[in-house]
Amino acid sequence: MEEKKEVLRMENIVKVYSNGVMANKGINFSVLAGEIHALSGENGAGKSTLMKIIFGEEQPTSGDIYVNGEKTIISSPQLAISLGIGMVHQHFMLVPSLTVAENVILGVEPRKGLLINRKKAHRQVEEMADKFNMQVSPRARIEDLTVGQKQKVEILKALFRGAKILILDEPTAVLTPQETTELFEELKRLKSNGYTIIFISHKLNEVKELCDRISIIRQGRSMGLYDMKDVTEQDISNLMVGRDVILNIEKKPPEIGDPTIRVKDLNISGENGKTFVNNVSFLLREGEILGIAGVEGNGQSELAESLTGLRKYNSGSIEMCGKEISGCNIKDIRALSVSHIPEDRMTTGVAPALSITENTLSDKISQEKFSKLGIIDKGKIKQYGLEMAKDYQVLCKNPDVRIDSLSGGNIQKAVLARELSSDPKVIIANQPTRGVDVGATEFIRKRLIKMRDNKKSVLLISSDLNEVLGLSDSIIVMHDGQIVAYFPDAGKISELELGKYMLGIEKQSESEIKEACHGQ
Amino acid sequence: MIDYSFIVDFLFMWIRVATPILLTSLGAVICERTGVVNLGLDGIMLISALFGVLGSAWGGNLFWGLAAGVGAALIVSGVFAYFHLMLKANAVLCGTAVNTIAGGLTVFVLQLATGEKGSSSSLKSFSFPAVNIPIIKDIPVLGDILSGHNVITYFAFLMVIVITVFLYRTPMGLRMRAVGENPSAASSVGQNVVKIRFLAILLCGVMAGMGGMYLSMGYLSMFTRDMVAGRGFIALAACAMGQANPVGALISSMVFSFFDGLSNILQLLQIPSEFVQMLPYGATILGLTVYSIQKQRQKNKKNKEIQQNVIK
Repeated sequence: MEEKKEVLRMENIVKVYSNGVMANKGINFSVLAGEIHALSGENGAGKSTLMKIIFGEEQPTSGDIYVNGEKTIISSPQLAISLGIGMVHQHFMLVPSLTVAENVILGVEPRKGLLINRKKAHRQVEEMADKFNMQVSPRARIEDLTVGQKQKVEILKALFRGAKILILDEPTAVLTPQETTELFEELKRLKSNGYTIIFISHKLNEVKELCDRISIIRQGRSMGLYDMKDVTEQDISNLMVGRDVILNIEKKPPEIGDPTIRVKDLNISGENGKTFVNNVSFLLREGEILGIAGVEGNGQSELAESLTGLRKYNSGSIEMCGKEISGCNIKDIRALSVSHIPEDRMTTGVAPALSITENTLSDKISQEKFSKLGIIDKGKIKQYGLEMAKDYQVLCKNPDVRIDSLSGGNIQKAVLARELSSDPKVIIANQPTRGVDVGATEFIRKRLIKMRDNKKSVLLISSDLNEVLGLSDSIIVMHDGQIVAYFPDAGKISELELGKYMLGIEKQSESEIKEACHGQ
Repeated sequence: MIDYSFIVDFLFMWIRVATPILLTSLGAVICERTGVVNLGLDGIMLISALFGVLGSAWGGNLFWGLAAGVGAALIVSGVFAYFHLMLKANAVLCGTAVNTIAGGLTVFVLQLATGEKGSSSSLKSFSFPAVNIPIIKDIPVLGDILSGHNVITYFAFLMVIVITVFLYRTPMGLRMRAVGENPSAASSVGQNVVKIRFLAILLCGVMAGMGGMYLSMGYLSMFTRDMVAGRGFIALAACAMGQANPVGALISSMVFSFFDGLSNILQLLQIPSEFVQMLPYGATILGLTVYSIQKQRQKNKKNKEIQQNVIK
């Protein structure tokens, strides 16, 4: 086999942000032509900073970058693009009302006189999509596309600009399992066409499946470069966090108690009559983690919103700790000792501009402990913030910094701190570890198990199959707004089997599904 | 009595009063599309209206009037853009400042130039000529309505097409729409958001300036104090109701100016003038209400479609 050329090398990259945070502490990074190179590390390890430096969005404080063997200063994204570097951002950089073709050609429009040559644009985009087997129509509007299709447009955008090195920032975080499979095929096809791909991810199984080599960074430092065949998932995980993360979740058998949530014939539909949740009944009991599995968009989010008072339901009943909640507002529901770890932590989970302390306190501020006669007690609050940050291992300079200055994992720990510290009876956790690094994931999962061991009820909604299977005592599968399967013992079902129900290929009999109500 | 000549007169006047609103709302469309709310249009119109008159009076011909009017609009827009884009000042405040300054500045300059505070009637200024369109002018009825308008009126209607082509068919138009809807998407492919918005604000200023000059050098042949009378705001409303689309802006401008024209005529009848003067503004409020209801419906429809896509 011929020696592959090194297309990108970074030496001793140091990045100190103006606020004093040292994100990269001398990282070395090297990528060969035509490989899929994984970059892994916990959230906050410095992956994103490193990629921003490659793409010219940030300048390194010191260190050298070589592109195709030549020392280069990448001063802007424009220069990066002209060097053949393309970036697929985690949050898509697309204009919703424009067409696929318009998004792809933006800034490099083929012209006919003063006007855009639309025919040529459509043809070029179509040809490119065909070549890499990405099925999107150049005439479709972005707002009508699915997430997976939008991602294809992002990749096309980079390719159209002549990118030879593609950086994908956690591309699978937003995809369904099928879309992920599709993406991997596209990436492999790109690789066989001579493209180089840098794949940022902390989903170890994906990295293992897709990539040729892996660079691991931890707390801003390089932890080495490995051939994928020489390392196991366990090795990678150890290098990322520096200790043994228990990938297999350990827990003792559940001690089931009385029911806490009783959902009966629940129907939820949108303003325009679209059905989200269709005749769903189940029971959640003390000391139990009930997992709700399903491909996203099959009613799980709406169910969680109705359970927590964020959304009205149309018919049926939800009984929470013995009380029917149809007339309750969110505060009333919380007063029933219900906690909610919301799906989207940046919009519903926290107030981004407030401090860690203020965020962890936001549901308790009216308690007498913290305020007297409408005046808050600064000293008590400060102390409380410190305690929370310590108990829930929120890594920060001090708990008075803005919460949006933290990494995703630490923000989620702060959300956990607020929700679990109010001594809830019921915890509704919606995608609690999404986009969260391995260390924080482990912490969050352990805490949820601890709650369950203390006879609390946990409703776990997650699209991470490993998580659902590992954490839950029993599992409900939702498809198209309905419960299509109920498994009373989560330990007895495989990922593969669950997948069949999630995709709607199979459905259990009525009586099996009815088991979810435990005869009530 | 409503007779033939009454209707023809009314339709002719309708086009006349629509011109300044249309021009300015087309400018507003460009700004809106790049994501800038330019509340200063009223002020820009007023300033251009004055400087167009002064330029033509002092320069001695129409060209200097046009140059001074457009120049003044560019300078004021440039200042607005500099404060808003470079110094990151709030657009609403910047726009309000432009309007406030315009009210005082025009009277001050008018007094310096003429010694009067009310109007520029003592100056010998030039107006844009009216044009008879060959062929059309000989068609009965139609000729009476469509021919014989001011040259700026024809320019305004032409600009509906020009700006449509500009926004939807040219690279810069595409970039402007991208910048307006998702600035980070545009900058991620190397587009300079500030530069594109700056250009849009200047273009918008020229359009508003033309609208202002039409008032003092076409509609009337002199500048009078506060002669814009809220037309800049009506133009903004027309732009919003037309969904920031040139053809939509044209339709909305015509709707608003219909009531403007109606109020001119109803004043002749025995209807209280206060009520009549209220009509264009009442129509604006009604229009915006209709618009937002429609928008909400659209949003619902879109949500529905997206949800269906998700299920697929």
